[in-house]
Amino acid sequence: MKKITKNTRTNFFTYALVIIFFVVIQTLSSGGLITSSLNGQLIPICAYVVMAISLNLTVGILGELSLGHAGFMSIGAFTGVTTAMALQNVIPYGSVRLVISMIVGTLFAAVAGLLIGIPVLRLKGDYLAIVTLAFGEIILNIINCLYVGVDSRGLHLNILGGVQKLGLQSDGKIIINGPVGISGIPKISTFTAGFILILITLFIVLNLINSRTGRAVLAIRDNRIAAESVGISVTRYKMIAFVTSAALAGAAGVLFSMNFGTIVATKFNFNTSILILVFVVLGGLGKMWGSIIAAAALTVLPELLRQFKDYRMLIYAIVLILVMLLTNNRQFFKSIWSWLKNRFNSQSTAKTVGKGGNAQ
Amino acid sequence: MSRPHNKLVNIPSPNMIPQRDSDKSPILECQHLGIDFGGLTAVNEFNMAIGRTEIAGLIGPNGAGKTTVFNLLTKVYQPTRGAILLDGKDTAGMNTVQVNKMGIARTFQNIRLFSNLSVEDNVKIGLHNQISYGTLRGILRLPAYWKEERIAHERALELLSIFDMQDMADAQAGSLPYGAQRRLEIVRALATNPSLLLLDEPAAGMNPSETAELMENIVKIRDTFQIAVLLIEHDMSLVMNICEGICVLNFGYIIAKGSPEEIQNNPEVIKAYLGTGKGE
Repeated sequence: MKKITKNTRTNFFTYALVIIFFVVIQTLSSGGLITSSLNGQLIPICAYVVMAISLNLTVGILGELSLGHAGFMSIGAFTGVTTAMALQNVIPYGSVRLVISMIVGTLFAAVAGLLIGIPVLRLKGDYLAIVTLAFGEIILNIINCLYVGVDSRGLHLNILGGVQKLGLQSDGKIIINGPVGISGIPKISTFTAGFILILITLFIVLNLINSRTGRAVLAIRDNRIAAESVGISVTRYKMIAFVTSAALAGAAGVLFSMNFGTIVATKFNFNTSILILVFVVLGGLGKMWGSIIAAAALTVLPELLRQFKDYRMLIYAIVLILVMLLTNNRQFFKSIWSWLKNRFNSQSTAKTVGKGGNAQ
Repeated sequence: MSRPHNKLVNIPSPNMIPQRDSDKSPILECQHLGIDFGGLTAVNEFNMAIGRTEIAGLIGPNGAGKTTVFNLLTKVYQPTRGAILLDGKDTAGMNTVQVNKMGIARTFQNIRLFSNLSVEDNVKIGLHNQISYGTLRGILRLPAYWKEERIAHERALELLSIFDMQDMADAQAGSLPYGAQRRLEIVRALATNPSLLLLDEPAAGMNPSETAELMENIVKIRDTFQIAVLLIEHDMSLVMNICEGICVLNFGYIIAKGSPEEIQNNPEVIKAYLGTGKGE
C-alpha cells in the first residue's frame, strides 16, 4: 500500500494518542506516582473525552450547534445507574453490569436524540441549538421530580408523587429519589473501562466519518443545496449523525455516574453542556484528537489551579483565552515568528551598518 | 410594458427532438410549466421536450427565468402550474433528492462544491446512491465496505479522467482554479448516473480555449454516457456550435424554439437577446 491518505494518518495519530495516554497513566499509577486527586479524576476525564468526541460529531462534522449535550449524558446516567442497581442482586459481576447498563444508557439517550431530531433536524438554521438548550433543562427538571424504586415485583415509577406514592413493598429500595438523585451507587466504573469506551467511541466516530455516511454528513455541512442535488437525503444523514452523538453521550453518562457514590440531576446542567462545547471548540472543530487533548487538559486544570484559591477560575479563564489564541490561530504564530525574525535581522543589520559607519 | 407572450413567434419545428431520437419518447417533457412568486410570474407556459441523447440550450437575457426553470426541474421550487414528465413519469410532489434518483443531475451558476473536502471525496459524494453499503457496515468495516469503497475510488478516478483531473484527486476542492471547479461540478453531477444533465452556465469565467475544450467535453460526455444535456449559457459560440435544439426565454415566456440556424435568423430573438449583431 503506497498511498496512505492524510485522514488515515490523523486517525492513526488519534488512536496512538489515547493508547499512549492510557499506558503512561497505568505505568505511573502502578509506580504509585499519581496523586490521589488525579487518580479520582481519571474516570471523569474518560467520560468527558467521550462527551467531547461525540459532541464534535454534531458540532464539527455535522455543523449543527447543540447546547444540551449534558441532557443526553444525564439520560444515560440515570437509566444506566437504575439498571445497574436493579440488577445488583441478579448479576454479581460488576463489569457485566457496567456493560449492560451502558447499553441501556446508550439506547435511552439514542431514543431521546431521535425524538428531538425528528422535528428539529428537518429545519434549516440554528433551531437545533435552541431546542437542545431547552431539552437539557427539561431533562434536568423531569429527573428532579422523578421517583423510581425497585422491589420483588419489579420497577416502580412515579413523577411528582414522592417516595410514598411508589407503593414499594417492604423489601423494596428507592433508586431515584427526586431532587436528591441516586445515592449508594456501586462504583463499578474503572479507568480501563473508560479507556475501552474511548477506543470504541473513536472507532465508531472515525469509521463513520470515513465512510459513505460520513461523506454525506460532511457534504451536508459544506453545502446543503449541493448535497440535495446529488441525491443525499439531508434529514436522514443529519439524524444518523445526531443520534450517534446522543447515544455516545449516554454511554459517557453511565461511565461518569458509576464513578460517584451519589449523582443528582443538577450535575448535568447547562454549564456542563457549555463545558463540553468549550472542549470541542478549543480542540478544534472536526478534530477528534484536539477534543481528546482539550477534554483531558481542561478537566485536570481546575484541580491543578486549586492552590490559587479564589483566583482559580480567573486563571482558568485566562488560560482558556491564551490556548484559544495559540491553537486556533496560525496567524498568531506567523506574526510572532516574523517579529522575532525582524528583531534578529534588525540587530544584525544594525551591526553591519555600525561596521560600515566605522569604515567610513 | 407589453408582455412578449402576445407575440409568440411561429417556428417551423415545434419541438426540439433531433431527427435520430424522434422514434423514442423524450427524456424530459415540460407541459404548461409555470411558477409565481407572490404576484410575480417568473416562468409561464413553458413547454419543452428533450430527446434522450440531445444537447439542448436554454438561452435568454438576464432575469429571463432560465435558472428558475432549472430550479423547477430539480424541485428546488415546486411549480405553480403544469407538469414535468421525466421519462414519461410525472414528477409532481417529488423533492430534489427523488428527482436526482430518477435521473436529473445539475450544476450551479454560482459554484457549489464541497470546498473543504478533497476532489475525490466530492466525486464520491456524487456516487453516494451508486454505493449501497449502510452506516453499520461502514462503521464495522465489513467486506462490503472495502469492496464498494475500492469500486468508488476507481470510478471516481475514471470520472475525473474525463476532464483529465485524476492528478488533482487529493487536492482540496475549494483550492482549485475556477475552471477546474466548474469541471469538477460537472463530474460530480455525472457521478449520480443521470439521464439528463443540467448545466447552468458551464463556460462562465472560462477563456476561449477553455470554452472550446469544454464544448468538446460536453459532446464527449453525451456520446459516452448516452445522456441528454440541457445547458444555460451566455456564450453564443458554445450554444450555437453544440446545441441541437435551442429554447429562448424572455420575461419567463418562451419566445422561440428551434435549431441554431432558426434561432439565429429569428427577428424576435435578435431583438430580445442578441441585440443588433448577427449572433455569431
